[in-house]
Amino acid sequence: MRRELIVHQAGPGVTVQDLGRPGYLSVGLSPGGAADRLALAEGAALLGQPDSLAALEMAGMGGAFEATDDLRIALTGAPMRAAIDGEPVAWNASHALPAGARLSIGGAQAGSYGYLHIGGGIETRAWLGSRSAHLAAGLGAPVAAGQRLPLGADAGGPVERLMPVQPRFQGGEVRVVPSLQTDFFPEDEIARFEATPFQTDTRASRRGVRLVAEGETFHSEVGLSVLSEIVVPGDIQITGDGTPFVLLHECQTTGGYPRIAAVLPSDLPKVAQAAPGTTLRFRFVTLDEAVEAERRAEAYRKGLRGSLQPLIRDPARIRNLLAYQLISGVTAGRDI
Amino acid sequence: MTRTAAQDTGARWPAIRTVGVDGLLVSFGAELSEPANRAALAFRAALDRAAPEGVEESSTSLVSTYLRFDPLHRDHAGLRADLQRLLDSADWYAADLPAGRRAWRIPTVFGTDLAPQLDEAAAAAGLTREAAIASLSDSPVRVQTIGFAPGQPYLGQLDGAWNIPRQSGLTERVPAGALCLAIRQLVLFPVPTPTGWRHVGQTAFRPFRPEAERPFLLRPGDEVRLDPVSPERLDALRDDPEGGATSETLP
Repeated sequence: MRRELIVHQAGPGVTVQDLGRPGYLSVGLSPGGAADRLALAEGAALLGQPDSLAALEMAGMGGAFEATDDLRIALTGAPMRAAIDGEPVAWNASHALPAGARLSIGGAQAGSYGYLHIGGGIETRAWLGSRSAHLAAGLGAPVAAGQRLPLGADAGGPVERLMPVQPRFQGGEVRVVPSLQTDFFPEDEIARFEATPFQTDTRASRRGVRLVAEGETFHSEVGLSVLSEIVVPGDIQITGDGTPFVLLHECQTTGGYPRIAAVLPSDLPKVAQAAPGTTLRFRFVTLDEAVEAERRAEAYRKGLRGSLQPLIRDPARIRNLLAYQLISGVTAGRDI
Repeated sequence: MTRTAAQDTGARWPAIRTVGVDGLLVSFGAELSEPANRAALAFRAALDRAAPEGVEESSTSLVSTYLRFDPLHRDHAGLRADLQRLLDSADWYAADLPAGRRAWRIPTVFGTDLAPQLDEAAAAAGLTREAAIASLSDSPVRVQTIGFAPGQPYLGQLDGAWNIPRQSGLTERVPAGALCLAIRQLVLFPVPTPTGWRHVGQTAFRPFRPEAERPFLLRPGDEVRLDPVSPERLDALRDDPEGGATSETLP
């Protein structure tokens, strides 16, 4: 029988996500995929598998799940309260999820998007090379209670590993580069943009995050008649009401609102993970500095597997302590 | 702050500019024109044939060719030089339209409750409702690019009277198949969407059909004639997967 993850309960924003489907801009389809790409890499590192495998992305709220087989899981991204059969388990860590055990994941304690990764990955139907739901394009649908998600074969590996993570759930400074339409804005508007602390609005989705600030809104010199031009994830458009909107991976592919700057890909997770009311500030860097930052971010992702630590658990809180193999390497002698 | 990346946006066209950290854009004008649109399409085709090292994807917008590349393995200066060489190799503004174009006829309801902003748009253009409908349906428009949403065409170029700006506020939601207008162009939305464009027509056409063998129906260069029909006629066409649209290959 095929290994499956049974969904008993799911928050409204739970979807299957992988690295998305790049390559379809010319037909108007944005890449989509996980809102927090780094969280995908972290889950893959925790389970020792490729980051191309699909995971469950949980916007704000998790759900209740059950495995049909013994599974390995990892939890990354926005930290959420999680428990296996009622016993709390650590976030940013890998765990064993035995067949029949119930995994419950609650609301996000910080950030927006939590991720549940399964050893072997989730193998729902792929379309144009990706299993990602792209709700804006009408591809796929949120995961709902009663669904059984097919899983891939797991090559196996250790669990109970913990990953130290880059904090990215509290907002802060976001690096940007000038982009093709930055010159549509007067110098003083750009300076004001860089000096303004913005709060993320409740109007946020996988398409993008709206920002609000006290004081005047922002205006370009071209107004509402600029020719529609290519849009890419990370672009910060100034919409008709003068407020910035940071576009994420499920954005539109062209747009007429002028773009004041573009967020570095490696800082986009920080924007995606900024829950409503989080403060973000933007800082311009040069293109060379941006490329160097991306190089460091790639090296960091590649080094994730080397950063894993054993998960220390409090024995007093382990209910089924006797089921654990407490001393490894000791055998009955017949198998050596 | 530093603005070196965007400083080279001179008045001279074609211009090469950066898009974020991993994109370059070759633009053939600041405004939409037939030659600039043809140039963008032809340049993308040539770029795909030349396949410079490091390029991962290409696309066109109305008057520009976009490419995405891996800046960790190909530096901006080197790729920019490749693009400049290709630019210098031909007169892109004189290029032909893409081969294999199709001519479409798409049944459309102009105005009524189904497209409530026709009168407002007509007034902004200084036209009566009747003249507006005639202007939008008497001669074919061309697919100038596909973008915003999957399969979504930008159609134009409309008569100069239609050079009206987007509205400052967003319409909360227009339905799939909505035909909306701004700055001498029409767009036909494949999915329900919020928009700053004015909703002047309604079709049953779905330019993106994920389950179909050919998920994307229109291509840049295709011609589209919008045939006025009654709301009742459109209702009858809603079950047709192509919303009553027909097409033939152009010679």
